[in-house]
Amino acid sequence: MGAVQGQGYIGQALGFADVLAVLYFRALHYRAADPAWEGRDRCLLSVGHYAIALYAALIEAGVIPAEELETYGCDTSRLPMSGMAPYTPGMEITGGSLGQGLPIAVGMCLALKAKRSGCFVYNLLSDGELNEGSTWEAVQSASHWKLDNLIAVVDVNDQQADGRSSQVLSFEPLAARWESFGWDAQRVDGNNMASLVDAFDRARTLQDPKPRVILCDTLMGKGVPFLEMRDKAHFIRVDAGEWGHALEVLRGEGVP
Amino acid sequence: MKPVAGVAAKPRLTTSAMIASIAAPGQRTRQAPFGNALVKLAGERPEIVGMTADLAKYTDLHLFAQAFPDRFYQMGMAEQLLMAAASGMAREGFIPFATTYAVFAARRAYDFICMAIAEERLPVKMVCALPGLTSGYGPSHQATEDIAIFRGMPGLTIVDPCDALEIEQAVPVIAAHEGPVYLRLLRGSVPLVLDEYGYQFELGRAKLLREGGDVLVISSGLMTMRALEAAKLLQADAIAVAVLHSPTIKPLDVDTILREASRGGRLVVVAENHSVIGGLGEAIAAVLLHNRVAPRFHQIGLPDEFLDAGALPTLHDRYGISTDAIARQVKSWL
Repeated sequence: MGAVQGQGYIGQALGFADVLAVLYFRALHYRAADPAWEGRDRCLLSVGHYAIALYAALIEAGVIPAEELETYGCDTSRLPMSGMAPYTPGMEITGGSLGQGLPIAVGMCLALKAKRSGCFVYNLLSDGELNEGSTWEAVQSASHWKLDNLIAVVDVNDQQADGRSSQVLSFEPLAARWESFGWDAQRVDGNNMASLVDAFDRARTLQDPKPRVILCDTLMGKGVPFLEMRDKAHFIRVDAGEWGHALEVLRGEGVP
Repeated sequence: MKPVAGVAAKPRLTTSAMIASIAAPGQRTRQAPFGNALVKLAGERPEIVGMTADLAKYTDLHLFAQAFPDRFYQMGMAEQLLMAAASGMAREGFIPFATTYAVFAARRAYDFICMAIAEERLPVKMVCALPGLTSGYGPSHQATEDIAIFRGMPGLTIVDPCDALEIEQAVPVIAAHEGPVYLRLLRGSVPLVLDEYGYQFELGRAKLLREGGDVLVISSGLMTMRALEAAKLLQADAIAVAVLHSPTIKPLDVDTILREASRGGRLVVVAENHSVIGGLGEAIAAVLLHNRVAPRFHQIGLPDEFLDAGALPTLHDRYGISTDAIARQVKSWL
């Protein structure tokens, strides 16, 4: 997809791919042929610019046909650069105006409880998004309402538009902040599959009547060394030769 | 209390309470028309829920909370959360009535209403108190530009009801409407006027309440009751004033407005409880211009200023939206 455009949020996508793999193939309940199935777990992409990563997961999950990959970001495509609910099957909300996903998730969780549904709502957000006050309105509210059907997943890649998140607006101690608001917080290596599996299993099976957050430390550009090392990796432009090299490395064929 | 030296001892008009009624002394009123209408409707529509940002009592939603405690959601003083959570509720099949003050909905929660609600055409009903100049608390509580802010939002229906009857009639209609709605709420002891006119609210329709050959006043909200009163005053001066009530600001009833504005060379005056910038007046001016209808045209509305605090009767007179002020202005233009 990135190659079609020659640019994109591929650093985030590579860093967050392991989280999405565990989410879609371990944690989430869904029916690929029926993205609006009432019994599904809801997965909200609050970070709309991570759409490129979610499309890859939705294709692997069988929600979107693989042929559509090549339309990414093109006119009339169902796969716009920033995630939009009216465009894409499996895209629950239009994210991208950061700080909206978690408060929407609070409303969905309240609604699911009113319907006596056992479904979970997962909200995918980023460390940069924790700058937004509305996120913390939702953090307060979720513990007030004891939303044990809410699982927030935070990509902690220490990167946002203007630089390192820790320098733009410091966010530590991160787990302690969420815990102090009454959440069950786990902080894990977001590029370690075993840790992620354990964290998602715990979040889904915990009996405490409180919302859950999984704070995932990830490495932007994970798996492609020249991207991992690239500074200011929020929005990456990659030339055609580099794409080829990156794909070889990811396939285990090339020299890193 | 001793009078201060040099100050005449006369009754002082003090700042109107937050929940002051806009009813004139002796005017017929009904209590909490929104709250009562919602309770009545919710008995038949189980998908209706009530949500507020710490202003249930001040938006008459407390009646719903008492009647349906399990369907009432107190979201705290957090308007962004209120609107986004209402969006989440609507996504799951509910019809949320979300209440706060108009200033907070329009100024603070705009992006959330725009992206989480309007962009996906979700049926959230935003019912917001203190529209225009209906609070004496100054600019922090006076939503003098809420319509200007909301008119640019695609797919949002905007309703500015006149009185208790219209609010009662509008509640089931906006609940049945498929998309998002913003309703400018008059709460508490609300004047009752339109029953005398055999009125029935229809979404998107303007209604001619009074005929008159000299002046056509097109108005919404509480300015319609003021225009009707002003028309009676002007009748004594042999000035015949027609009043066209246009409670749906968006989408406008273009056909009715054009038909009436084209009739008989009358002076056309748009009267609104809102800034003269970006509200009903400018919306109608654009409609007239686009359709090459060019009557003499004036606006009665609030000035493009941050307004004073004080007593509502004083302020309404100062800013030209009292009955007397309407009559004075209309006369000056003839």
